[in-house]
Amino acid sequence: MKKYLALREIYGQKLVELGKNDENIFVMDADLSGSTRTVLFKNQFPDRHFNMGIAECNMLLFAAGAAISGKTVFASSFAMFETGRAWEIIRNTIAHDNLNVKIVSTHAGISVGEDGYSHQANEDIALMRAIPNMQVLCPADALETGAMIEYAAETKGPMYIRLSRETFPVLFQEESYSFTPNQAKVLKDGKDVTLIACGRMVDFALEASHKLEDEKISVRVLNASSIKPMDSEAIIESARKTKLIITCEEHSIIGGLGSAVIELLSDSYPVKVIRMGLKDVFGQSGKPQELFKFYELSTEDIIKTVKENLQ
Amino acid sequence: MDRNGLEKQCLEVRRLIVKSVYEAGSGHPGGSLSGVELLTTLFENFLKFDPKNPKSDSRDYFILSKGHCAPLLYSIMAFKGYFPVEELKTLRKLGSRLQGHPDALKLPGIEVSTGSLGQGFGVAAGIALSLKIDKKVNKVYALLGDGELQEGTVWETAMAASHFKLDNFCAVIDSNKFQIDGSVETVMGVEPIKQKFESFGWECVQINGHDLKQVDEAYQAFLSHKSGKPFLIVADTLKGKGVSFMENTEKFHGKAPSPEEFEKAMIELGEKAL
Ligand SMILES: Cc1ncc(C[n+]2csc(CCOP(=O)(O)OP(=O)(O)O)c2C)c(N)n1
Ligand SMILES: [Mg+2]
Repeated sequence: MKKYLALREIYGQKLVELGKNDENIFVMDADLSGSTRTVLFKNQFPDRHFNMGIAECNMLLFAAGAAISGKTVFASSFAMFETGRAWEIIRNTIAHDNLNVKIVSTHAGISVGEDGYSHQANEDIALMRAIPNMQVLCPADALETGAMIEYAAETKGPMYIRLSRETFPVLFQEESYSFTPNQAKVLKDGKDVTLIACGRMVDFALEASHKLEDEKISVRVLNASSIKPMDSEAIIESARKTKLIITCEEHSIIGGLGSAVIELLSDSYPVKVIRMGLKDVFGQSGKPQELFKFYELSTEDIIKTVKENLQ
Repeated sequence: MDRNGLEKQCLEVRRLIVKSVYEAGSGHPGGSLSGVELLTTLFENFLKFDPKNPKSDSRDYFILSKGHCAPLLYSIMAFKGYFPVEELKTLRKLGSRLQGHPDALKLPGIEVSTGSLGQGFGVAAGIALSLKIDKKVNKVYALLGDGELQEGTVWETAMAASHFKLDNFCAVIDSNKFQIDGSVETVMGVEPIKQKFESFGWECVQINGHDLKQVDEAYQAFLSHKSGKPFLIVADTLKGKGVSFMENTEKFHGKAPSPEEFEKAMIELGEKAL
């Protein structure tokens, strides 16, 4: 049985931990602190948590201001509203001036579920990735989330960390896991095809790889949790080894992880790359599992895609 | 519809809101329940529309800027014949026309998709501007939350609506004093709403949003006002109105009742029907 943890809960807990040793940390939220879990920080350090109300743009302007005066700012809301509505502020002020603002959004992707398309950000990676100076991270499990938040706190500059509403299965163990920035870890070696995944899709890719192994298909799996900068070495090596690459993301196939991989390989080592993701469509209401099936992003869909493209 | 009929209708709308959110297992009962009198009165006695011909040129426009209160709008639309009441059971389910937030592409009668707060208000003003330029008599109505007023574009819209003298535009604020993280006052105060809008050049009235007489008079005042200004109704309401344990709290902003809570809610709403 897999154990599941909510990444946003870990985020809130990690903020509290960091806040104990660093008075310089400010946390901001836009009326979603219960959902993003920054409320945990608020409960401990009410003087350093600022609920800016339903005003994502203003929140990021305040975050920029606080960063200029020396604070490390974690600003949170749903991915849709934070990276979407406030994009130009992030681009022109936070990123351009290289300000120390960590944009940690929750509720990215279709796994938002019932709220429907207006709350399902499937374009946030594209939006953030296109901005110079911006680092883009997307953890695959709870442990990795904690490590990334720590890394964000100790690293200067703008950063986008993408979290989800749903709980994620635990994939990594304390003993064997270490977070190395800009690295895509090989979670499983294989020679026929490489699955490069991020976020929730990493678990699906691993599941698919094990099932395919039963059918004598050897699958390599990469956790591309650092989407920008990207681990070009690991990806080019995979391209060399397996010739076929399938990217898996809970995001549009336009501008996200898949696009980043294609951009890299087309410049340096062109091989066939299939992108699994939302095919230029909006999401809709439904249960997360139903939506993963509907948009052909389930474990079974990965298996199917591998088989179709190996023939 | 007379006051007696409206009262019964409001109770029925409340039941449908609670039922559909319960059935869906998620959704937003709090802000749906607070807007019942405001929206039922509008649809029954003021708004011009034809469910058989939702794009009719002669229609008035209604926009639910606080799109999360879709269960309120859907319940009323079901009564008015846009779709069968039965269909409310599909709320928030895969493939349903009744999306978690109103979707203009899926459900006829929805003028614009909403769900991202603040946007519907601006779109409504844009419709009003267009109608005014065309010298049309159609009216435009929008329903907003009080927390929603924290969005910056709301004030850009407020400024522009007054600048363009959109006297065909009536915005209604469901001032239920709560948002998600707590009371509006503690999260990010928006008061005094009426004075703020007045200083932005709006004609404003403040009413008790559950008093059907006052609600009726407020819409009448909009229809008869000659100030040349956009019109605002600030409606003081109770979040969760009608279900005791949902009232005056943020707890049921975005949460479905448990089976026990559902039973209790239905008894409360049923008893009042007698
Ligand atoms: C732009 C945007 N930011 C955040 C949200 C998430 N959200 C949904 S409802 C809500 C609170 C709304 O409060 P209020 O306007 O007072 O509505 P009501 O009390 O009538 O439910 C928030 C923050 C959203 N839908 N849109
Ligand atoms: Mg409110």
